[in-house]
Amino acid sequence: MGTTLAVARREFRSFFNSPVAYIVIGVFLVVAGWLYFSTLFVAGQASLRGFFSIAPVLFVVFAPAVTMRLLAEERKSGTLELLFSMPLRDWELVAGKFLAALGMVAVGLLWTLPYPLTVASLTAEGARFDWGPVVMGYLGLLLMASSFLALGLWASALSRNQIVGFIIGLLLCFAFYFIDKFAVVLPESVGELLQYLSVDYHFANIARGVLDTRDLLFYLSLTAVGLALTTRTLGNVRQ
Amino acid sequence: MIRIEGLTKSYGATQALRGVSFEVPRGQVVGLLGPNGAGKSTTMKILAGFVTPTSGTARVNGIDVSVDSVASRRLIGYLPENNPLYEEMMVRDFLDFVAEVRGIPRDRRAERIRSAVERCGLRSVLGKDIHQLSKGYRQRVGLAQAIVHDPDLLILDEPTTGLDPNQIVEIRGLIKELGREKTVILSTHILSEVQSTCSRVLIINDGRLVADDAPERLGSSEGGTVTVVLASRTGAPLRPEVVRPVLERVPGVTGVEPAEAEGSGTLGFRLRYGAEDIRRSLFEAAVSNELCLLEVKRQHVSLEETFRKLTGGEARNTQDENKPPLAA
Repeated sequence: MGTTLAVARREFRSFFNSPVAYIVIGVFLVVAGWLYFSTLFVAGQASLRGFFSIAPVLFVVFAPAVTMRLLAEERKSGTLELLFSMPLRDWELVAGKFLAALGMVAVGLLWTLPYPLTVASLTAEGARFDWGPVVMGYLGLLLMASSFLALGLWASALSRNQIVGFIIGLLLCFAFYFIDKFAVVLPESVGELLQYLSVDYHFANIARGVLDTRDLLFYLSLTAVGLALTTRTLGNVRQ
Repeated sequence: MIRIEGLTKSYGATQALRGVSFEVPRGQVVGLLGPNGAGKSTTMKILAGFVTPTSGTARVNGIDVSVDSVASRRLIGYLPENNPLYEEMMVRDFLDFVAEVRGIPRDRRAERIRSAVERCGLRSVLGKDIHQLSKGYRQRVGLAQAIVHDPDLLILDEPTTGLDPNQIVEIRGLIKELGREKTVILSTHILSEVQSTCSRVLIINDGRLVADDAPERLGSSEGGTVTVVLASRTGAPLRPEVVRPVLERVPGVTGVEPAEAEGSGTLGFRLRYGAEDIRRSLFEAAVSNELCLLEVKRQHVSLEETFRKLTGGEARNTQDENKPPLAA
């Protein structure tokens, strides 16, 4: 556990010591903030629903941006070999990188806390701001992020090139997000399956305010699959 | 300390190692010598525990590196080829990180890092970012991370590549010093490095171990050459066709070639010899044939010659395939 945290800490610090962090998080905040607030007053409702409806799509792009360099850069610069010579198991390395990535996303989301705080203060007289969906929404975002990050991490492990890592990660996240949108043109049974695989479907469930174990299980499984694939790929890279 | 038996490694169709076996006792400084692509790095990576061999075993202190690689890695300090480092980190932070990942208990970390910094002379650059350092200092950082946990075995892959002559001397000095208490195995294709830092040389070529001996002794059984300049004692003209058979008959001589003479009235020859020292017999032969030895110069087969002979081009390889390796 100690080694995993050491890797996570190093990666986290390295991320925030470089301009990448500020660019990625900055752009995310600008885009999310604009899209959300431009519809907020028109809708006239003091809720974060606008934010939670666009955040998932944004994550499809920003999660791979966070993960793209995590393993690709190590492969390219050769530092991965240095790590391999340490008493560090492959899965500990993967877990460390993943935790760092999750931490980075958490920091990004932390910077969106002004949104609910602002909107809460704008609630009309006599009405109460409902914090329930907000909390669930953030939880859903974190869960969704974790599965996207796991997929993006795997993509990063597949290549020495960060750009390739980004693109593959983007495609994977995109696939899992839009998978149920094609359900419309397919037979019902297939459509249901696709829906179950959709990241967006499960997020919408959670954002509604109920944490169903099926949704939780979905995200945890997808995360586990991503991390397992990453560990396996690393094992192959080692040879 | 190290025991390697029948190590083979194939990458698909290519065979990087074809059955390498050797043992290294504790405290020895061994040089792994060989042309690029011979299998030196592969051997070291297997030993370091992160590449699994196709067959054969590698043991460090009795621990099989494939079976329990985490345990074996704790005992080993590894400096990869090209010394990859985290460029954006400060030297101090980097060593902190390595110390942490290597599991050095918190209360001992500061002391161990200080010790590694002192030994590698890094005190003045602790606060600098690694990308700002010169190659020599970077190599020292690489060595520092390899020794921070005080391992018994150091595996150094081409530790002096790309350094200028001054830096090379410094790093070699450091390695020699470390070699006094630890077992060191380093790889290189620079022959002089092996001669100056190692007490034993293993020559690897094309995935096989072709020589295993002390650097001075290597090739000594191959003999060498003696270059002589002869003059006549009696003043009679020297005729090469007469002198040459005389030299050929000297016991121990395996070949005679003409060489540079020293002016009129003298003749020069180069004599090849095997294991025997031919100089005394040469003297006797000269005396009994009224010849004066103006110059006798002996040259052992150099390590370089031995290396080139053992690792020569394609044609040479297939010829030597059935020849038994030179052993200690």
